Amino acid sequence: MARAALRGRLTWQVARVSAVSGETAAVKTITLDMPDWPEHQAGQHLDVRLTAEDGYVAERSYSIASAPGEPVAITVERLDDGEVSPYLTDELRPGDDLELRGPIGGYFVWGPGDGGPLLLLAGGSGIVPLRAILRHRERTGSEVPVRLLYSSRSLDDVIYQGELGRPAAGVEVIHTLTRHQPAGWAGYARRVDAALLGEVAWPAAAMPLAYVCGPTSFVEAASQALVQAGYPPLRVKTERFGATGGT
Amino acid sequence: MITVMSPISRGFHRRRQDPGENAGRIPPGQYLVKDFPVLSAGPTPHTALDQWSFSVSRGDRQKTWTWDEFRALPSQDVTVDIHCVTKWSKLDTAWQGVSVDTLLAEAGQDGPFAMAHCDGGYTTNLPVADLTGGQAWVAYAYGGQPLEPEHGGPARLLVPHLYFWKSAKWVRSLELRDTNDPGFWENYGYHIYGDPWREQRYAGD
Repeated sequence: MARAALRGRLTWQVARVSAVSGETAAVKTITLDMPDWPEHQAGQHLDVRLTAEDGYVAERSYSIASAPGEPVAITVERLDDGEVSPYLTDELRPGDDLELRGPIGGYFVWGPGDGGPLLLLAGGSGIVPLRAILRHRERTGSEVPVRLLYSSRSLDDVIYQGELGRPAAGVEVIHTLTRHQPAGWAGYARRVDAALLGEVAWPAAAMPLAYVCGPTSFVEAASQALVQAGYPPLRVKTERFGATGGT
Repeated sequence: MITVMSPISRGFHRRRQDPGENAGRIPPGQYLVKDFPVLSAGPTPHTALDQWSFSVSRGDRQKTWTWDEFRALPSQDVTVDIHCVTKWSKLDTAWQGVSVDTLLAEAGQDGPFAMAHCDGGYTTNLPVADLTGGQAWVAYAYGGQPLEPEHGGPARLLVPHLYFWKSAKWVRSLELRDTNDPGFWENYGYHIYGDPWREQRYAGD
């Protein structure tokens, strides 16, 4: 299980913002030029440090949205009462500098050698590290079968909507919209629970590997349901908000 | 070593309330929260109390308590500040637990280092000097209530002067060792010791 990541010191470095693109009304993807970036693993995160003119400093962690080998990108949801996220989504422009260090974390990661089938469960912006895993799978030519179940409040809140609408061969993308559904919506419209996972998740007998990322309540409910369905706990990797988003 | 001059982020300013008189209680890079975030690498284990035990071991020698025996040990009320490596800090958290001093004395064991083992396979390493002298507890209640599973119940380690990943949830044993071997997150690049006041988040900090 343990794939120890031995490395040297994680030094702060200054990245240059190369692009800022909107994903939803509240979510943007920020692409970065990094002078010295040790290749990350799909699923890892990085730390951002902001310094105000008066010297005030704030640090937060964000999941890396891009696959290893791609330009490093983070996807940030604007939290209205947040401190760092409104700056990143509203103020940051291409050409600006951003101080960060990483990559961080080595458990909630996937590489082709980890196999599958993969069950990816995302709640809200919990999709971000799972998107990195999907892109990594495609870029490495892995044929591991994937089911992604993505829970959003409404269609307008679905991040990476275009990309997820054109999944690679062997990837099934299943949406559930928990609060508002567009007219004629034929997909799921309920919270992720044991019953929904009973319809969507790979059977435990297939020895799937599950990655669950989202708010705590989502992760608790989904991961418990998988364990009750027979998934070994060590095959269910979780990442709860706070580790990545926060404010 | 390369020292980077931090760029000023134009338009960025403090939006959180100035911590005022509490400023000295917040380690560098941390911010205050009022809620109690949950972070774990896997599903929350749910161990029934009649299946639960706690042990202290060194080599072949082991002292084990059942839940009832553990709860019969003298316990303490402690109010402490906690600091998570993911940047949040929470002040004045109130716990009840058994001091690790009591557990080691009852077990008649000592040693330079400890590995905490937990339900779900989680481990973390600590110097015993950081677990003794009234600095660490095996806590079974938070805010006057039994510790909820998602926060580490039935019992978790509480070592508030180190980053909170050292306060292992669902702890079931302390294994005393001669060597300071890395535990779970320490194997994934997190700091071997984890002092929040020296901002020892990751290996080499």
